[in-house]
Amino acid sequence: MAEGIKDKVAIIGMGCTKFGELWDKGADDLMVDAFKECIEDAGIEKKDINAAWFGVHFEEQSVGKGATSMALALKLPFIPVTRTENFCATATEAFRGACYGVASGAYDIALALGVEKLKDTGYGGLPGGPSLMGTKNALVMPKLTAPGAFAMMATRYFSVYGLSPEEGKRMLAKVSAKSHYNGARNPKAHLRREVTEEQIFNAPIIAWPLGLFDCCGVSDGSAAAIVTRADMAKKFRPDPIYVKALQIALSSGEELMYTKWDGAHVETGYRAGILAYKEAGVKDPRNEISMAEVHDCFSITEAVTMEDLQFSPRGKVKEDIETARFNHDGPQPIQPDGGLKCFGHPIGASGLRMIYEMYKQLQGKAQLPERQIKNPKLGLTHNMGGFPAMNIVSVAIVGL
Amino acid sequence: MIGIKSYGAYIPRYRMNHNTIFMSVGFLGTFPPPGENAVANHDEDALSMAVAAGIDCLSAVKREAVDGLYLATTSQPYMVRQNSALIATALDLPSNMRTADFIGSTKSGTAALLSAFDAVKGKTSSSILVCASDCRLSKPGSPQEYLYGDGAAALLVGNGDVIATLEGSYSVSYDFPDRWRASGERFEHAWEDRFIRDSGYRQFITEVIAGILKKYELNIKDFAKIIYPGLYTREHGAIAKRLGAEPGQLQDTLINTVGDTGSASPLMMLVAALEDARAGDKILVASFGNGGDALVFQVTEKIGNIKDRRAVKKHLASKKELTSYEKYLAFRNLAPMDLGMRGEINIRTPMSALFRERKVILSLCGSKCKKCGTPQYPYQRICVNPDCGAIDQMEDYRFSDKEGVVFTYTGDNLAASIDPPSVYGLVDFTGGGRFWFDFTDCDLDSVKVGMPVEMTFRRRYVDESSGVHGYSWKAAPIRA
Repeated sequence: MAEGIKDKVAIIGMGCTKFGELWDKGADDLMVDAFKECIEDAGIEKKDINAAWFGVHFEEQSVGKGATSMALALKLPFIPVTRTENFCATATEAFRGACYGVASGAYDIALALGVEKLKDTGYGGLPGGPSLMGTKNALVMPKLTAPGAFAMMATRYFSVYGLSPEEGKRMLAKVSAKSHYNGARNPKAHLRREVTEEQIFNAPIIAWPLGLFDCCGVSDGSAAAIVTRADMAKKFRPDPIYVKALQIALSSGEELMYTKWDGAHVETGYRAGILAYKEAGVKDPRNEISMAEVHDCFSITEAVTMEDLQFSPRGKVKEDIETARFNHDGPQPIQPDGGLKCFGHPIGASGLRMIYEMYKQLQGKAQLPERQIKNPKLGLTHNMGGFPAMNIVSVAIVGL
Repeated sequence: MIGIKSYGAYIPRYRMNHNTIFMSVGFLGTFPPPGENAVANHDEDALSMAVAAGIDCLSAVKREAVDGLYLATTSQPYMVRQNSALIATALDLPSNMRTADFIGSTKSGTAALLSAFDAVKGKTSSSILVCASDCRLSKPGSPQEYLYGDGAAALLVGNGDVIATLEGSYSVSYDFPDRWRASGERFEHAWEDRFIRDSGYRQFITEVIAGILKKYELNIKDFAKIIYPGLYTREHGAIAKRLGAEPGQLQDTLINTVGDTGSASPLMMLVAALEDARAGDKILVASFGNGGDALVFQVTEKIGNIKDRRAVKKHLASKKELTSYEKYLAFRNLAPMDLGMRGEINIRTPMSALFRERKVILSLCGSKCKKCGTPQYPYQRICVNPDCGAIDQMEDYRFSDKEGVVFTYTGDNLAASIDPPSVYGLVDFTGGGRFWFDFTDCDLDSVKVGMPVEMTFRRRYVDESSGVHGYSWKAAPIRA
């Protein structure tokens, strides 16, 4: 009987670059910046690392295939380095690889690092191209963009729960306003300006019904973690953070090609949540999860994710949003670092950036006092890659 | 009895008033006749319109019985790669059939039709779908821009159970250099209009009609409808008068409502005539282009069996005005438009994959699970129904003729498009199956969750670097 990963692995060091449109930084620079902070935080040297996992999504955009780019950038001394790629869960997959590597006893110390250099395309939004989903899909799928794909979930959510476009957009405006509030207070965040609900509501439409401020930043950045076996962790630092759950779930085709999915939730998110709660022994997510960084690529994604992760009852997230449950000073802060919305979204780094925020908050080391959440016990991170109708969701839970 | 078994037509949704053209390019000195032209959407061409007319014509027709497909056009997208074979694939017709492209002259529509009759008469084919379609590119500001419209017609030719019998034909051929377009050229050249009218149009139509009357000893007064293209409105009437026909016998030329649709023109007019025809009616059809062909039909009592066609009438009534000439230029790629760097990303077509997946991509076929009955698109080997999951228990299932409803949608301003926003969404098909598709021929404001849609074959992209015109199916609001 599988035991799961709970309390077998500890994080002893993390690093995260500032995210943003970093015109003067290449992927190599970003990797070195995150790595440097990470090993200094862990108090180890490069030679202590036994194996590494490397996450990058749009490799054609920056570093090319394989894992050699990281091995070379960091001058890793002939150790195993494995590249992971699983859409927006890419960094969480790198982290999962490193955790399983040390949990298995194969290694003592492992590195997980994710990077993405997006801002070398020449246009806004994510790198496009029909070939991203394979040759056959290129010939039959619409030319989807990320905002369009998620806008379809907003359309559907409004329809299923009887919200007029105005009611729905006002609900979503509150989601983004909250993240802008948090991002404005985070020195490493990409977008650091507070925005009012009115501004959000009236912003130009990117993909109906989503407007500009419903969409997350397209950013460059990198984040990294050093993990070790839980029994060794205290040798490195007094306050290691323990991994409680690492789960992923992928679409089976049911959402896109079968007609049962309601289009107003993310089935994989719900399934991955259930798996993670089981692994971590969480019975009541709404009250046991102190805080979370979820995949708010778009405001609607955060809203449905609250329901998928059972923080809000199905169809009722609007009430929790309106009572500011997820605000920084609310009972269950979501996106305390600004989220993808404002901290930014370099695809292959985002999963580790989320864990970085949970790690710092759990240690009581959020950079500024006003950013610190009081006495968190369990932090959850959630990545969703692909489109609502065809995707992957990862859920990680870390805690003291 | 050999004749026409079914008919169909297609007219694109957009119409552009001649004044719209005049307001933009009138400074060049051309002067517009009154009226409007049917204008293909940016994702339509002669090939996609031929498919649409074919679908209309094949409504309630067993597709397995069709053993030939002829395309007539002067604006075929491919010079090499048979356009008719592509159309046959899009229509999901069987592969044991004869396909041929009839090109190069506006009389190719009647030429294809006559060849189909010959093949059926000679018993080398039993049921041939003739699609005539034209979507001609005119130089901005040219007289042709006012004259030409886009449209298509389809006629199913066979033996037995015909709605109109072919009673005879007569042809004349001249190397008449009124218009020409050499290999590799984008636009047609045209000699002076008065020459075309006086030495060609008037002469050939009169000659071919007089010829067929004489050949079969027919009287012009016996025809319920007389059909020939209406390139020159006044001359069109004058020819009839000289032939002894009454104005009431003349079939509307569509010249002021659709424009001159080239190869498709006489066939579209024939379809329109058949829509109103009664058993016993005699119909005379003549084409114009490097001479012309004339055909005589007699309508049978089976005409009443043809139902549920959009044909010319319904398509004509279902329209939206294209008020921007600049948008028309953009649709035709007649002016370089900036789509941003994102718009420079091309779809590269792996031809071997396209051929392997032709049923999925071009025929819009998926599969239906023999165990649980779930239709699914694209073709799956493992059933997508989570309670079934049967492996390799599938049969082919065609989605192109199924209607559906909008499950969800968006209007995407980020996606590169010549006509933003890109509207797309998920469609739930009547009878089962769901997939996402681009939407076309619709305005974002009119799209709603639950709105009924139908599938339409469209050109999705042109990859200029490889010369590939890529086609697939889109969803559209149900027309008419």
